[in-house]
Amino acid sequence: MNAAALLETRGLCKSFGALEVAREVDFRLERGARHALIGPNGAGKTTIVNLLTGVLQPSRGRVLLEGEDVTALAQAKRVKRGIARTFQINQLFRGLTVLENVCIAVAERLGAGGSMLRPAGKRADVIAEAWRLIEMLKLGADAGGRVAELPYGRQRLVEIAIALGLSPRVLLLDEPAAGIPSAESHILLDAIATLPQEIGVLIVEHDMDLVFRFARRITVMVSGAIFAEGTPAEIAANREVRSVYLGSALDG
Amino acid sequence: MTPSGAAVERFAGRHRVRWWEALPWAAALAVFFLFPNHLAFGTQLLITILFALSLDLVLGYAGIVTLGHAAFFGAGAYTVGMLAQHAGWNEPLSGLVAAALVAGTIGLASGFVLLRTHGLTLLMLTLCTMALLEESANMAHHYTGGFDGMPGLSFKPLLGAFPFDVLYFRPQYLYVLIVLLGCFLLARVLVHSSFGQSLTGIRENILRMHAVGAPVRARLVVVYAISAAMAGVAGGLFTQANAYVNLSTLGLERSAGVLIMLILGGHGRLYGAFVGAIAYMVLEHFLARAYPTAWQLGVGLMLILVALYARNGILGLVKR
Repeated sequence: MNAAALLETRGLCKSFGALEVAREVDFRLERGARHALIGPNGAGKTTIVNLLTGVLQPSRGRVLLEGEDVTALAQAKRVKRGIARTFQINQLFRGLTVLENVCIAVAERLGAGGSMLRPAGKRADVIAEAWRLIEMLKLGADAGGRVAELPYGRQRLVEIAIALGLSPRVLLLDEPAAGIPSAESHILLDAIATLPQEIGVLIVEHDMDLVFRFARRITVMVSGAIFAEGTPAEIAANREVRSVYLGSALDG
Repeated sequence: MTPSGAAVERFAGRHRVRWWEALPWAAALAVFFLFPNHLAFGTQLLITILFALSLDLVLGYAGIVTLGHAAFFGAGAYTVGMLAQHAGWNEPLSGLVAAALVAGTIGLASGFVLLRTHGLTLLMLTLCTMALLEESANMAHHYTGGFDGMPGLSFKPLLGAFPFDVLYFRPQYLYVLIVLLGCFLLARVLVHSSFGQSLTGIRENILRMHAVGAPVRARLVVVYAISAAMAGVAGGLFTQANAYVNLSTLGLERSAGVLIMLILGGHGRLYGAFVGAIAYMVLEHFLARAYPTAWQLGVGLMLILVALYARNGILGLVKR
């Protein structure tokens, strides 16, 4: 019997009517994991992220955080327990500045979000932490600009800064590199590399180059079910995986 | 590295009072001394500004689109009126407190139910809440005076020393101005706080606010109740200053009017309530004199111009 995983699903199922988008998913994310979830479009990868974060309720099965059942907890409560995510399509506070975007997340984590009397500008702790993340993601020059006016690639980095502002124990990144120019994707990997080792990071990604640079473990999903799991070398060598998904991506 | 740079300085200093923020209040005082014959109109204007300010908290900051905000204005107005008429409770300041409590409680209760929804559903439900209150006030004529309302109310002198003046409105004007200043300062503190910042987050992207762990609905209900209490104070002032209350305080016309004013002036920036209410009411005041039958044409024209060329309202034209 293994020790409890950081985040785990047991027999997780989700269907919308007759459409099964997750089928009996048993998935473990260990402490300190650098784990990638890959699979063809429509395989149910984002559904898994939504089930893990509480955006969706499973039809059957359980979600465990460090062995504790969190299946019934709402999204906001799971965030307080340390599960943070980014979105496949940017979900930012577009009319606000980069600094404000990150401060909103940090303020919630530090419990400042409900404080009505003290000016937000006087929360030096919130600002300092937000600024640290902004510097880390090389967004310093854009900090005072409105997010809506940034290039899409830079907006992707704000997306990640907000998630890091929650100081998560589990970080779920849904296609973080989509839209980031490949010359800048190292900023993303560098930022993840500076995270404390014990954080478990799950990345859903189509960019195989990024996946194999980042992941120490890979899970392949097909049609809502787990198809294969292993180290990057095992997955790369798996003929069935290559035929259903990777195709020519690793050839040559 | 310590936080530095223009972005941080701007963020950290946003709550500081600017010199020009004294101007509206100086202007309001100047009106008191320069136009003593227009203080009745001035008093209505200040009350409307307060009402628009309360709407700005929910609409401009939290992004709650409502067509039923007059429900709270009317609740405050009728609270003060009924207390004076039936309970002999006609001390002005405690009357305002009662108005705030009643309107705030209605805001809390209705917000708790309504704010599960959003968009058009929410818009219709706020409208329904107001219609229910309006019809209740109409039917309970034994208590509310029904369609005729309660005319000829009388109130005790302010602080026991300054009696209301139903002809020239001098004490009312200053009284309303001071209450407006108090409510404005409260709103100003609120929107610059971390709470206010989280409201703008909800307005900008409610999905992401859930994902950063914010108790979104609780925040919305709280600001809705605060805004309702403030609208209730505006309604209470209306009844006290005019010495009457009627169904017009609870109607769609008042709700829609204040919404138009806020959009006209610019929402989500506090002073938009001032600019919008003044622009709308001054235009209405003088156009109605010049063209008694067709004054709404002028107001409509102004709205079209703002919608076409100033999407963020009149204040949106001023570069920050």
